[in-house]
Amino acid sequence: MSILAYNGGCVVAMRGKDCVAIATDHRFGVQAQTISTDFKKVFHIAPRMFLGLTGLQTDILTVRDRLMFRKNLYETRESREMAPKPFSAMLSSFLYEHRFGPYFIEPVVAGLDPKTLKPFICNMDLIGCPNEPDDFVVAGTCAEQLYGMCETLWRPDLDPDQLFEVIAQSMMNAFDRDAMSGWGATVYVIEKDKITERSLKTRMD
Amino acid sequence: MSSLGFEQFPDYQVPGVKHPDFSPYESNGGSIVAIAGDDFVVIAADTRLSSGYNIHSRNQSKLFKLSPKTVLGSTGCWADTLSLTGLMKVRMQSYEHTHLRTMTTDAVAQMLSITMYNRRFFPYYVSNILAGIDKDGKGVVYSYDPIGHCERATYRAGGSAGTLLQPVLDNQIGHKNINLPAGELPPLTKERAVAVASDTFISAAERDIYTGDSVLINVITKDGIEEKVLQLRQD
Repeated sequence: MSILAYNGGCVVAMRGKDCVAIATDHRFGVQAQTISTDFKKVFHIAPRMFLGLTGLQTDILTVRDRLMFRKNLYETRESREMAPKPFSAMLSSFLYEHRFGPYFIEPVVAGLDPKTLKPFICNMDLIGCPNEPDDFVVAGTCAEQLYGMCETLWRPDLDPDQLFEVIAQSMMNAFDRDAMSGWGATVYVIEKDKITERSLKTRMD
Repeated sequence: MSSLGFEQFPDYQVPGVKHPDFSPYESNGGSIVAIAGDDFVVIAADTRLSSGYNIHSRNQSKLFKLSPKTVLGSTGCWADTLSLTGLMKVRMQSYEHTHLRTMTTDAVAQMLSITMYNRRFFPYYVSNILAGIDKDGKGVVYSYDPIGHCERATYRAGGSAGTLLQPVLDNQIGHKNINLPAGELPPLTKERAVAVASDTFISAAERDIYTGDSVLINVITKDGIEEKVLQLRQD
């Protein structure tokens, strides 16, 4: 089995009207054995930006730390906040630096541009090939199930409440059909003036 | 084979024989969705037949009418599908001649399981979903794994986009993860079953390259089988 599916887990991000949402499950396992059920794979890295990382847990933590270092260095040098677009470009080149010995992660970036407040979502493969669609991005062991759910439920210009409902239903029903993801979920909805964090009670099996 | 030196003489090479790694199986793609209601059952399958990046046919039905109340949807290795459905038809005809009546859906379901398990160590590489009206007049769906494990269900997705479609059915038909009192949930009518089945295929065709072209939908009731067609994207 792929090392990307060693620990399990999934992340999904969606664009709405003047808002974005990103969701993560809570499971951390080693193959079929569940080790912990409070491991969130989404990190709040800037006032209006979240980074989701699925894949090998040790690499999730390493990549998060090394990216935070690079982002903080950028913000200190430039004296301004890093926007999602340059952050994704930095992430992409960081991953490609390890082209022949990659970090085994699949990243997802979601946020609003600090200046224009334009919604932004992006995902990549483990060597940093970026993808910036205008609907949704998925990653993790139940990516196929997530594609099926998102493709059915998502539509353009969802308001923040509708977007929460769509991403929550997509996430829950997708990971209920995957043994390696689930055990609770957290959804973050990012708007220009607030961020809403909601924990989902899901089936725990 | 290379030790025999056949490859030095192209004229004597026979297609199929020269490959020491010949694989008896092929995946020809395709997806099936079946939804059972109180007195009806809907079964739908796309019509694309492919292998790898090639499309063999855009108009191949994967639904097999086994009796006036039973339809089998079969995808996977198309050669095995044809072999299996051919054998099923022969055995059902033999049953009809022996017992002077048509097999019930439940009997067909059991026979399909046995027929598949007969090939336990060289299985039919197929994903089967059987839909029909049972002996009480209720809609029923049976799903199978390639060696004949059989499960009765009320809704099921299978085939190449089965993983994409099943959670959608869990949500929309099984009302999973929806906290509403039973009275507020939409009742499962024939129209709703057809609409959900159609929508799942439209979604699957967006992401699964082995699903597309069109969907054949069979609505089975005690009065017979109604057939519908829905166009999907062709790329």
